[in-house]
Amino acid sequence: MNGAGMNDATPPRPDVRKTYKLYVGGKFPRTESGRSYEPAGCAGVQVCRGSRKDLRDAVVAARKGLEDWSGRTGYNRGQILYRLAEMLETRKDALAAEIVAASRIGDEAAVREVEASVDLCCWWAGVPDKLNALLGSQNDVNGPFFVFSTVEPTGVIGVIAPESPSLLGLLALVLPLLAGGNAVVALVSEGRPLAGLAFGEVCASSDVPAGAVNLLSGLRSELSPQFASHRDVDGLLIAGAPDAAIGQAAADSVKRVRFAPLSQADWSDGARVRRLDWVEPFVECKTLWHPVAW
Amino acid sequence: MITPTDFRVPPVDAIALETRVAELATRSIKKDAKKKGLEMVVAMTDLTTLEGMDTPGKVKALCRKAWRPLAGHPELPSCAAVCVYPDLVGTAVESLRGSTVAVASVATAFPSGRAALDEKLADTRRAVAAGAGEIDMVIDRGAFLAGRYGQVFDEICRVKDACGEAHLKVILETGELRTYDNVRRACRIALLAGGDFLKTSTGKVTPASTMPVVMLMLEAVRDHYLETGRLVGVKAAGGIRAAKDALRYLVMVNETCGDHWLDARYFRFGASSLLNDVLMQWVRLRTGVYQRPEDFSKD
Repeated sequence: MNGAGMNDATPPRPDVRKTYKLYVGGKFPRTESGRSYEPAGCAGVQVCRGSRKDLRDAVVAARKGLEDWSGRTGYNRGQILYRLAEMLETRKDALAAEIVAASRIGDEAAVREVEASVDLCCWWAGVPDKLNALLGSQNDVNGPFFVFSTVEPTGVIGVIAPESPSLLGLLALVLPLLAGGNAVVALVSEGRPLAGLAFGEVCASSDVPAGAVNLLSGLRSELSPQFASHRDVDGLLIAGAPDAAIGQAAADSVKRVRFAPLSQADWSDGARVRRLDWVEPFVECKTLWHPVAW
Repeated sequence: MITPTDFRVPPVDAIALETRVAELATRSIKKDAKKKGLEMVVAMTDLTTLEGMDTPGKVKALCRKAWRPLAGHPELPSCAAVCVYPDLVGTAVESLRGSTVAVASVATAFPSGRAALDEKLADTRRAVAAGAGEIDMVIDRGAFLAGRYGQVFDEICRVKDACGEAHLKVILETGELRTYDNVRRACRIALLAGGDFLKTSTGKVTPASTMPVVMLMLEAVRDHYLETGRLVGVKAAGGIRAAKDALRYLVMVNETCGDHWLDARYFRFGASSLLNDVLMQWVRLRTGVYQRPEDFSKD
């Protein structure tokens, strides 16, 4: 170091780079396997290559989170989903940058994707307290009974997000499940995982109970058979064309499996993603018979 | 003749102890060895229910589970024992007739141990008369912490007499003994007084069983064997809920005392929820599929 100008030069700031980790049980662990991979969409970035044991841990966390999340009133769940929208909005620029870094799409397109995600989140925030009115019913029967059908969450649902759009696609699958009171274990986009993993930070600052949302990154081909065979996963919602092998592996535990074969453009089409069809397969209908008392 | 100097023990090097335990916990046990280890854990389990709300029905269900841990898998061993409160010993004995499962009863004013000696002895005799083959007594921690080691020693001797043929497990309640030195001293007292097993905890105090404490107990029974030729067992009870942790205990037993202690006669787990996790891992090894806790019976 030479002495000239030493006092007036501002020292360079250290390069603080984010390590993208998993989001499991409200914490941000690295994969237990110690592996990482370079996603196809983001050169020079390493993210966790989650293993089946990470999935196992995430399912245990989701089972715990389910108890809390499903026990809340629909009204409270709606408030928390709205809080998610607020947090997404606050982090809009960072999320857009993460999408750009991963997808090499234009800045404008990335901003549009984040804005669509925020809007979608607001829409689903309005659903939870109306779910029973919309999907439940009061049934007329031949006898002195009031008969109600109400909906309850299916349980722990595995989600495999589309490759792209990496944030909007993930949210389009996860939000309806949360609105229905389910806990989610989601595998984020394999090639463009950054924005999906950053969604964990949004959840962590939004009163979403620990374990209600769990996010893994890793190879779809490696983890999807594990999602399908795990007996403690109650349902699967998978972006992409129907896959017979997954259906077969899921059959042993009688899992409900739904595929979402949407095109890239479909995900930002409100008419496609703002529909109760997304939550209806992942709630269970309970019918109560109550004697009429005069 | 036992004198107070016999209760003196060398101080424990806490850092060395914890380092050694942490080192042993890193061993990886997979595949066949894991399967054998899990089966060993099942055979070493004292399936326990010690709740104020226990009922004969719950104890009967627990006994069936201890006898045949997993329906459809007779190749799995039975548990070592069922552990209940004295008033439910009769129910357990009745339910386990014809099996290899022993009936253990807690006694001596479990879990606090705060009662007069004659009540503790009567408690023990009643449990033995009802058919308990193993008695889990608690030491008087009040007396121990006040330094009245002779009183603790005498009590264990008297309870041992009251047990007759029944095996005596001495619960030290290490969570209340505060220091490793105290644990080592309590082990020494219980061994000299003739206990057949050293047991960590009642399960009612946190922390319950921890690996360093069990390591101390294993060292104590090993040294006692080298000194006297008498084989004493160790029971780790309370707080062990994961199969992975149980396997770590087995590694520690083998490394400290040798494989002679890897036997339900000399090492036990006192647990309730551990068994289901072990069964889940066992089925997972056979099928390659992660299991659902709800598929395994709770009691």
